[in-house]
Amino acid sequence: MSKAEIKSPLPGMFYRRPSPDSAPFKNDGDSVSADDVIGLVEVMKSFHEVTAGIDGKAIRFLVDDADAIMAGQALAEVEA
Amino acid sequence: MTIHSVLVANRGEIAVRIIRAAKALGLRTVQVHSQADAGSLAVQLADEAIDIGPPAAKKSYLNVEAVIAAAKAAKVDAIHPGYGFLSENADFAEAVVAAGMKFVGPDAAAIRLLGDKVAARQVAAKAGVPTVPGSDGRVSDLAEAAAIVSRIGFPVMIKAAAGGGGRGIRIAHSLEEFERHFPQASAEAAAAFGDGGLYIEKVIEKARHIEVQILGDGTNFVHCYERECSLQRRRQKVWEEAPAVGLPADVRKRLCDSAVALARSVGYSGAGTVEYLYDDASRDFYFIEVNTRIQVEHPVTEMIIGLDLVQEMLRIAGGQPLSVRQEDIAIVGHAIECRINAEDPYKGFMPGPGTVETLAVPEGEGIRFDTMLFAGYAVPPFYDSLLGKLIVHGADRAACLARLRTALAGLKISGIPTTVPLHEALAADADVAAGRFHTRFLENWLETKFAAPPSGTREVA
Repeated sequence: MSKAEIKSPLPGMFYRRPSPDSAPFKNDGDSVSADDVIGLVEVMKSFHEVTAGIDGKAIRFLVDDADAIMAGQALAEVEA
Repeated sequence: MTIHSVLVANRGEIAVRIIRAAKALGLRTVQVHSQADAGSLAVQLADEAIDIGPPAAKKSYLNVEAVIAAAKAAKVDAIHPGYGFLSENADFAEAVVAAGMKFVGPDAAAIRLLGDKVAARQVAAKAGVPTVPGSDGRVSDLAEAAAIVSRIGFPVMIKAAAGGGGRGIRIAHSLEEFERHFPQASAEAAAAFGDGGLYIEKVIEKARHIEVQILGDGTNFVHCYERECSLQRRRQKVWEEAPAVGLPADVRKRLCDSAVALARSVGYSGAGTVEYLYDDASRDFYFIEVNTRIQVEHPVTEMIIGLDLVQEMLRIAGGQPLSVRQEDIAIVGHAIECRINAEDPYKGFMPGPGTVETLAVPEGEGIRFDTMLFAGYAVPPFYDSLLGKLIVHGADRAACLARLRTALAGLKISGIPTTVPLHEALAADADVAAGRFHTRFLENWLETKFAAPPSGTREVA
């Protein structure tokens, strides 16, 4: 079983929840489908959904909620 | 003047603007910055720079304790908050004064009073300023609200008392829609602002956004005439002008006098803006809100009256009376400001932070570019997308537009997408040239008139 990284298409702040009071989009260990939203990137005050882009199992996040991230940075890895 | 130094609690182009104004007055300047802004132009220009935390604004520019601690460490006499961030935070203004410094702006009580949209509306009404037909204050329940809307007619806006800046607004076109939106709006306002209070205003269709610049020193109050900011996208201003296009002289006088009356009624100190909706057809204007800070678009006013508003704010904070009387302030010519954002107008205004490779800035009579850019600067992704403001002055509006087209052609920013092409298209548009616009004009224009140029001719960022 190989690991695949989910990378951010944009630089900015990464959020794992749709709003501060909501549950995270995904928790470590969840399975994901390619179309699943795994987080939001806030870039210049606008919010963009990040989708997994790949079907996988046992997602593991590599960045924390509200971390600053660069474009192309790995946000999470999954077993593909 | 009683102040000799100032700390700039902001970033970007306005931080640069404040530093330049402070230096012109001989003040020592201290720039606070987040870790993402260590290489910014404001940091380079200031006499001192202090790191106040991580990139996220909440942990740096919005961190009251960190800003106050930096100001104490740098032993400054005053703090200028710029716009956004802590500029309209009454608790911050109070903390600055409690720490023994001057807050460059009105006192905390005025910020608090005018920041509450319902209270501000009541202040305006008491000062004789016309308000949009609606509720007299907060509405307590759906039954009271329904009675009001049946009196004023649809469509109506349901607005959050603690909102502002276009946030917390819902529009209802019928009683059925109103009854559905009202409880949702209350719950949303409670979640977003910690205050579920709502008030109701009639929607003025095809209104123009006109605002009056005011200055006060607590004793004397003047207006610096009006600005027109009707070209907006998603309730954010895109292009601003001074004076307003085709405003009859008698309406201008009543409008500006009403703003001064409001300022006088609260003993206003500092620079402020009273915003109105203006109905071209009926020539009626209605109070919307007061912004108790310098505004992004203040340079268009400076260009037509020849007064440096930021220097004036610093002088007022330094205990000096207003440097001008009303009779000294006169409109000369016309000015237009284009907000240059790091957004791609051809791709739904997608933000595009990144490194500026080359920068060419137009120069010449009547042309001003307020910016924090320089070649090689990496625009960080963490803050708003404003890169700079191109401001052009001309003897009249036609001359101003002609000069603007030349200036836009000379503004070259490579490496990141910008809204320069949007402004070039607006500056060439017949409706814009004729002043035929209102606050809903731009969104419709973008859908029907604005298209990407044929492929191959477009400059690649």
